[in-house]
Amino acid sequence: MSGPNSSYDPVQVTPLGEEQVWAMRDQALAAVEAAADLDALKQVRTDHAGDRSPLGLANREIGALPPQAKKDAGMRIGQARGAVNQALAARQAVLEVEAEELMLVTETVDVTLPWDRSPRGARHPITMMSERIADIFVAMGWEVAEGPLVEAEWLNFDALNLGADHPARTMQDTFWTEPAENNVVLRTHTSPVQARTMLTRTPPIYVVCPGRVFRTDEYDATHSPMFHQVEGLVIDEGITMAHLKGSLDHMLAALFGEGVVTRFRPSYFPFTEPSAEMDLICFVCRGTGHSVLEGNGEGTCRTCRGEGWIELGGCGVVNPRVLTACGVDPDRYTGFAFGFGIDRTLMFRHGVEDLRSFFEGDVRFSRAFGTEI
Amino acid sequence: MKAALSWIRDFVDLPADVTVDDLAARLTTLGLKLEALEKPGADVTGPLVIGRVLTQVPEPQKNGKTINWCTVDVGAANGTGEPQGIVCGAHNFAPGDLVVVVLPGGVLPGGFEISERKTYGHLSAGMICSARELGLGDDHDGIIVLPPDAGAPGDSVRDYLLLDDDVIEFEINPDRAYALSLRGVAREAALATGGAYTDPALRQTPAPNADGYPVVIDDLDGCPVFVARTVSGFDPAATTPRWMARRIQHAGMRPISLAVDITNYVMLELGHPIHGYDADKLTGPIRVRRATAGEKLTTLDGAERTLAAEDLVVTDDSGPIGLGGVMGGETTEISATTTSILVEVASWNPVAMFRTGKRHKLTSEAGKRNERGVDPTIGEAAADRVVELLVELGGATADAGVTKVGTAPEQPTVTISADLPARITGMEISAETTVAHLEAVGCRVDRASGSSELTVVPPPWRPDITDPFDLVEEVARIVGYDTVPSVLPPAPAGRGLTSEQLLRRRVGRTLAGAGYVEVLTFPFVGEQAFDALSIPEDDVRRTALRLANPLSNEAPLMTTTLLPGVLEALARNVGRGTTDVALFEAAPVTFPHVGAVAPILAVDRRPTEAEWAELNAALPDQPLHLVLALAGEVELSGWWGEGRKAAWSDAVEGVRRVALALGVEVVVRAASQAPWHPGRCAEILVETADGPVSLGHAGELHPRVCAATGVPVRTAAAEVNLSALIAQAVLIVPAPDFSTFPVAKEDVALVVAADVPAAAVARTLREGAGPLCESVRLFDVYTGAQIGDGQRSLAFALRFRAPDRTLTEADTGAARDAAVALAAVRHGAVQR
Repeated sequence: MSGPNSSYDPVQVTPLGEEQVWAMRDQALAAVEAAADLDALKQVRTDHAGDRSPLGLANREIGALPPQAKKDAGMRIGQARGAVNQALAARQAVLEVEAEELMLVTETVDVTLPWDRSPRGARHPITMMSERIADIFVAMGWEVAEGPLVEAEWLNFDALNLGADHPARTMQDTFWTEPAENNVVLRTHTSPVQARTMLTRTPPIYVVCPGRVFRTDEYDATHSPMFHQVEGLVIDEGITMAHLKGSLDHMLAALFGEGVVTRFRPSYFPFTEPSAEMDLICFVCRGTGHSVLEGNGEGTCRTCRGEGWIELGGCGVVNPRVLTACGVDPDRYTGFAFGFGIDRTLMFRHGVEDLRSFFEGDVRFSRAFGTEI
Repeated sequence: MKAALSWIRDFVDLPADVTVDDLAARLTTLGLKLEALEKPGADVTGPLVIGRVLTQVPEPQKNGKTINWCTVDVGAANGTGEPQGIVCGAHNFAPGDLVVVVLPGGVLPGGFEISERKTYGHLSAGMICSARELGLGDDHDGIIVLPPDAGAPGDSVRDYLLLDDDVIEFEINPDRAYALSLRGVAREAALATGGAYTDPALRQTPAPNADGYPVVIDDLDGCPVFVARTVSGFDPAATTPRWMARRIQHAGMRPISLAVDITNYVMLELGHPIHGYDADKLTGPIRVRRATAGEKLTTLDGAERTLAAEDLVVTDDSGPIGLGGVMGGETTEISATTTSILVEVASWNPVAMFRTGKRHKLTSEAGKRNERGVDPTIGEAAADRVVELLVELGGATADAGVTKVGTAPEQPTVTISADLPARITGMEISAETTVAHLEAVGCRVDRASGSSELTVVPPPWRPDITDPFDLVEEVARIVGYDTVPSVLPPAPAGRGLTSEQLLRRRVGRTLAGAGYVEVLTFPFVGEQAFDALSIPEDDVRRTALRLANPLSNEAPLMTTTLLPGVLEALARNVGRGTTDVALFEAAPVTFPHVGAVAPILAVDRRPTEAEWAELNAALPDQPLHLVLALAGEVELSGWWGEGRKAAWSDAVEGVRRVALALGVEVVVRAASQAPWHPGRCAEILVETADGPVSLGHAGELHPRVCAATGVPVRTAAAEVNLSALIAQAVLIVPAPDFSTFPVAKEDVALVVAADVPAAAVARTLREGAGPLCESVRLFDVYTGAQIGDGQRSLAFALRFRAPDRTLTEADTGAARDAAVALAAVRHGAVQR
């Protein structure tokens, strides 16, 4: 075996014997096989395949050989180096897999440890229900209209055919503001938004108006001085009660599932004529009025309190007097309007027992409803 | 309105197959909504019989009570004919009296089963009943003692007690005042069932004559008709018969005395309020006039009322003797000695009734009917019916005089096109159906041949029918609302939600995603809520809209800040054990325009632009506010280590997050504003073309405020004007343009005086570093021994990048040096 040739004098070089080359190769292969880990293999690579390894040095000397010897030696050393590199690559792959497996085993954690690091946020179910109802109508081409909570008496009452001496004014227990001669109230219903809409848009009008309303009801499990309504208003040519029923049926099917049963019954609102009350068959007892929870079916259904029907809200054909006050030609246009309670709808849709749950702000309540309703 | 079924049957021949439940359901579909169905007798089963008390032995007990050991003859009802031994605690009877006995095996309301049982040393076999025990009202002064002619011992007493008369309670809408009477309910029942109807107001009455009690009406507009009849020789000791008392009770009123009960009974029957005067207490003619302001009248309820000039009064020579149509006066009240009675049946102007009722806060059964409007044509019939009953039941003699002053106003005429009901309801309704149904509700309908117009005169009991659409409802309800088809209207293509509506949703979702829980709180507050927040006296937030009729005198104001409600909710959560809590509310607050008046506009036309503007200008400003409040830990402590407590910075960051979600970059500066900690309060602003706009404040609440509002110390909160923030939102975000060349980073640590705001230094660095600077981020704040007192070290990471090349060290070094140099000039910053 020749040592390093410091002078690079080709004349002094004798070709490496075949035996010597195979021996170098075999030594290298044995070392590769013996390498226990990636670090050891790295050392093996330097020792047996690097520039200063025996095969590497031999390779360097090839250039100095005479032509025939150069070819033979080149071929031999090339074969040997190829075999060593192949073995190194194979061993590298094996060791990498072993190393990774080892790493994965040592890095194992208890994935059942909780990671409840940030308390969860939530929107309010009334907000979500308002949006959901609005979206049902927006999908039909309607728009969402809005108005102020502190409202002019004229819009809350007079424009809606509720003159100062109308007995029906007492149907809605109104919060009045001081001084009284300012004629400003907390809106008792979302209907003033109807009037505002007619006064600021031209027909055809298709709008829903969800929002807060106020009445002087003492605060208890089923009454609140603040609650939420959604109002619907359509003004167009040829609008009938049938369109009112169709719109409400569509909304209820979207909220409660296909096949809900509704009924209209005559009612009274100064701003609609004819007026109707919309009832929904109790989806818990299916109209029987009997409890489905108590085995014998004798108890009273808690959702509809035994009536079999749930009062949803009022509706009707917009009174032509309202159209006149709001600048809509009653000879050309007809319309319908409806209004019902969002809080109430949530109560019976989700079995909320106490209205006050909505306004206490206990985070456990809102969190339960998630982020869409 | 509550009506006994037997009474309804008096005026309508209900088909045999119609049960009370059917009837109630059918009336509901006609518009008289079933409110409750009472079947008083259904809860009483088993033997309930007349008994005659044979013996009654009082036996004092150790507990101080005295019981009566009785034997009672119950005929053959007990199967033996032997007297029944019964222990009774009541004392309002004597041997020989007829009483009501429930025998063993009977069940009383509440599932109370009667059996033989040992009590007070006797075997008591049954019970002697009080009215209350039988569900016949609240009278529990003792047991029921029956009159001697009630029947024989052993007879069933159910019929005598009218126990099985079902009662339907209806919800009567204001337009159906006629149904506040049996006359009206029966009319609807006839419509509902097809049964034959007898109008109780159709009766032969003696003609008015000059012999009646003199009556003068000064104000025919206030009182168009006044009918008066008199009777004499009335027996004040006569009692109200059981059937009448029971029906009055069933209607929800209280029997008082025979004469009063008769007026109430006829009011219930015909729907027309009636007033009875003790005729002997009247002096001189009756005169109806408007009151003079300040005149006094003591009404039947004992209240002395000061009258207003608008009130209608009935007077005699002594002055006012009644508040017309609302309540009678004390001086002429029928008493236990009254023998002569004047019966007044007057019809009153509904608006005047409504105003007087409201002014005097008086609601009465009469007022309720008068303010909705009664049939002005039945005065004579009603008076005659009262007289008939006073004669029949009270032994009175009808006087021959009949007074009638004024005439009922003419009914209006309403013209409609015969196809209007079909066009409005979307149902198929023929002209013939329309005519038939209008006639069924009592209208007179004329149809000129070949014309499609109907001329309709509504009946006098329907003052609510004034417009064509009122007639549509009458037709539609009889055709049946349940047959209205369901058709979707052909809405035009809509524009979807407005930007503002979409952005509001985005705010809520952003905050929920950041761990905040939304609350909805009442807007009602009192001055003490502002005090609790230490809001100064001259602060704009103190000028709040006041409610005239708040639910609580503690909270008469419409709030100008959402903080009181949200902090209350926060305290409630903490009190209930949720100590780590982050809340938000987005809702309007109210800033009134003092002195502005919202006009009451005309309703027979559209308001003018000027009127509309005036109305809207009078309304308070109602901007949407956003409040955040946090307490406890925002990142919880856990097995991973210590958590992070909510701090002033979270409130600022919460607002910043919302702003960023809207595409708005906010700037922050130190401020001092209640209710925040003066050293930990940030004002949040947005730069606009018109200069900076303040949105609100965020930070840590003042410790005193925490104490006053009951929230934990160091609670953080923010309140911003969300309307103003949304107004700044970037609706169409321009696409970013960024370089893909490598980034170069430089860190600098600057020592500045402790009161130099970090945000200002960051802005300066950014400015000084020039256009190559991509971002400046504060990553460390240090105060301590290594730098002087009153100083702090702010460490910033600067990133540089050029749009067109890879930056060299010389480029970035120069930019950094320029930045530091500017900070040195502006803030006296020294690089560490």
